[in-house]
Amino acid sequence: MGTATLEPTSIKKGFKSEEYFINMGPQHPATHGVLRLLLTIDGEIIKKVDPDLGYIHRSIEKMCESNSYQQIVHLTDRLDYLSSHINNEAVCLCVENALELEVPERVKVIRTILGELTRIASHTLWWGVMGMDVGAFSSYFYGFRDREMINDIFEETCGARLTMNYNIPGGLMQDIHPNFVKRVKEFIPHFRSKLPEYDRLLTGNIIFQKRTKGVGVLSKEDAINFGASGPVARASGYSCDVRKYHPYSALDKINFTEALDTTGDSFARYKVRIAEMWESLAIIEQLIDNIPEGDHKVATNAVIKLPKGEFYQKVETARGEFGVYIISTGTKNPYRVKFRSPGLSNLSLLNHIAVGGKIGDLVATMATIDIVVPDIDR
Amino acid sequence: MGYFSDIYHGIGTLLTGMRVTGKYFINARKGAITQQYPDNRDTLQMFERFRGEVVMPHDENNEHSCTGCQKCELACPNGSIEIIWDRVIDPETGKKKKAIDQHIYHLGMCTQCGLCVDACPSDAIKWAQNFENSVYDRTQLTRILNKPGSKVRAGVEE
Amino acid sequence: MNSISNMIDWFVSTGVLNMAMIALIYLTVFAVLGLFLVLLERKVAAWFQLRIGPNRVGYLGLFQTIADALKLVSKELTGTVKADKFLYNLAPYFVIVTSLMALAVFPFTRDLQAFDINIGVFFLVAISSIGVIGILLGGWSSNNKFALIGAMRSGVQTISYELSVGISLLTMVILTGSLQLSEIIEVQKSGWLIVQGHIPAIIAFMIYMIAGTAETNRAPFDMVEAESELGAGYHTEYSGMKFAYFFLAEFINMFIIAALATTVFFGGWLSPFGITDSLPWMGLFWFLAKTFVLVFLMMWFRWTFPRLRVDQLLTLEWKYLLPINLVNLVLMAVIVWLNLTIQI
Ligand code: SF4
Ligand code: SF4
Repeated sequence: MGTATLEPTSIKKGFKSEEYFINMGPQHPATHGVLRLLLTIDGEIIKKVDPDLGYIHRSIEKMCESNSYQQIVHLTDRLDYLSSHINNEAVCLCVENALELEVPERVKVIRTILGELTRIASHTLWWGVMGMDVGAFSSYFYGFRDREMINDIFEETCGARLTMNYNIPGGLMQDIHPNFVKRVKEFIPHFRSKLPEYDRLLTGNIIFQKRTKGVGVLSKEDAINFGASGPVARASGYSCDVRKYHPYSALDKINFTEALDTTGDSFARYKVRIAEMWESLAIIEQLIDNIPEGDHKVATNAVIKLPKGEFYQKVETARGEFGVYIISTGTKNPYRVKFRSPGLSNLSLLNHIAVGGKIGDLVATMATIDIVVPDIDR
Repeated sequence: MGYFSDIYHGIGTLLTGMRVTGKYFINARKGAITQQYPDNRDTLQMFERFRGEVVMPHDENNEHSCTGCQKCELACPNGSIEIIWDRVIDPETGKKKKAIDQHIYHLGMCTQCGLCVDACPSDAIKWAQNFENSVYDRTQLTRILNKPGSKVRAGVEE
Repeated sequence: MNSISNMIDWFVSTGVLNMAMIALIYLTVFAVLGLFLVLLERKVAAWFQLRIGPNRVGYLGLFQTIADALKLVSKELTGTVKADKFLYNLAPYFVIVTSLMALAVFPFTRDLQAFDINIGVFFLVAISSIGVIGILLGGWSSNNKFALIGAMRSGVQTISYELSVGISLLTMVILTGSLQLSEIIEVQKSGWLIVQGHIPAIIAFMIYMIAGTAETNRAPFDMVEAESELGAGYHTEYSGMKFAYFFLAEFINMFIIAALATTVFFGGWLSPFGITDSLPWMGLFWFLAKTFVLVFLMMWFRWTFPRLRVDQLLTLEWKYLLPINLVNLVLMAVIVWLNLTIQI
């Protein structure tokens, strides 16, 4: 921490300039939570970005070691709270795989629909906040308006808006609400009509393009080297969608194209996310009309004991590849749980791509990396 | 000329953006997406599955269906539920049977995960939809779910 | 007793009393104006953003900003330990005093003008550049790096955009041949200047609006505050009434920019249909109506556009606005020379 030297660097003869530190966060509007960035800047130009983590560390991985497998699920709500459903799904899939449990088709389809809704909800929130970060305040409310409809769907079916905990090992806690299909069908045309508006308000805007194009450029090699995933990596041309390469739940039967871009700048990341929203809509549309009949869960033992061994399951959350790694010794609690969170590796890029930009660029870059701090700190 | 077409194009995109917000401005009267809470308290209806707090429904005879099996206590990841139970003699069968004395629920520690309600074999506890859960003293967050003098409904077995 | 009445006589005879009274009236009116503008901004923002806006204090929330002002007055004045106390305390007054001074020269209607000087436009341009000193001082003396960055940005921004404001006004002055604001309005009896000067006048108006928005440090040029970058920018360390001064000044400056545009481009208090002469107070109405339309335009900008980056801000000024402005100035001169203006 803070190893950058404070030696004055002479720019031109006779002029002395000095680098200085500035603390962005832990309470700062652009860090979206309690993340502290230690910036070394020279005037407006960023020389070094040192993320300082740990302000919201809750030792969730350690807590998992003393919880049963059913209880672990609800802890993952609190990682990346914007993809909570997908996180839950990851744990459940991991446990189900370990138990060699086959869940009904109905469960798979519902899980996929909810997962894609979660992705849209997360991206609409990101879009609103992205606009706010670059200074366009109204986008925030437009994004939240559309997210609100999804949240209502979640609330009606799962009972909560954010920390849903709707998946359980073996299926779903309850069957979907009778209104679920109707509401989702209302949402799809609504959102289809609103997405072009997003483009008109921000995407096409000349100021927005100037703020994001060529800012925070990440090459494909670096994306791979830093372990980036999700839209951040795909914007650099690294095709890495877990939904495509390791399909889970009902995703293997779905036709969709992975959103890719090659420029790797902030605008590319922005465009990839917008494209992902369209894709998610398409996925939901393919599934919503044919949810198979059947049970919403298969019975598991009240006390789930995983066989001895190591189990890994990865899923694609709104931010990238989320992995659950469980070591079991055959007891009712895991011996060790490790979550591979997309946010941490994506954040590690920040110093690499933000150096040399202005403070405004850093904010735009941070917004397109789309970090969720509890996901990073766990 | 790139220079002038840039300006022309730039102004065009700005006007497109202003059209979007302008449209919302004109329709502002009917378009508000925010709720007038707490003015709308009377009409505000939560969804039936909304997880507000755990309650134990009692019927008119002051009977509930909790057998004291402690499954909810075990299921709870946070230790929010404590069950104080005893064995009492069933007047009909004459056998000793588990019965709850107090079903203590700590709302302050509850993460609204729903595992307890899911685990209960006799559907003795369920979710209430109230959400105005703030109190001035945190001891008020500890609730005893079974009403005083209540007993388990006949026929509900573990 | 005698000495007191002497003194009163002296005050009355020298006009000091009159001045003081006018000053007091102006001050009250503009405090109210500032508060109203804040409320308007919040309402307009809400309507752009699918919200309702303040609606609790008073009928339709009309007293919301008064409540806010009371809150700010009663708040503790905090500050940093190592702040340069004198400059730190001086800065807000710089900002608010200059913006109030600027209001003195506006002809609200034919007879409602406190101070009709023959260099009105020049005076306004000069005064508005003093305000930035307050911002610079505030940012510098707070001993806060965010505030310092904000203040430096403000210096850069105002020095650059001052040029565009000045030149676009100069373009119009060619047309009027006078810097006196009442004179400028007289000229417009034969058509608003934006009509008289047609193409160059419209270009000048567009540049003036862009540069004017930048002058008031409002989004999309709010580099100085840049909430998501600098927290609150130059007034990070200010609280209570001192913060309120900065805040009010921003809104009054917005009004000044709009009012100046009204005067120079849209005929000031002249009615668009030429019926004001019989009803003098209608002039005030027309003046305010035109001004508020322009104020609304600036609010519309603010709630729609993203913020520019600081270097793009300078690119916009030096590569686009300034060259166009200079060409426009020549164009206007040619038009006036060849008598190509449109006279109604
Ligand atoms: S909802 Fe979850 S945390 Fe709350 S009492 Fe039930 S099991 Fe415990
Ligand atoms: S509430 Fe249900 S699970 Fe809990 S002790 Fe009573 S019967 Fe058992």
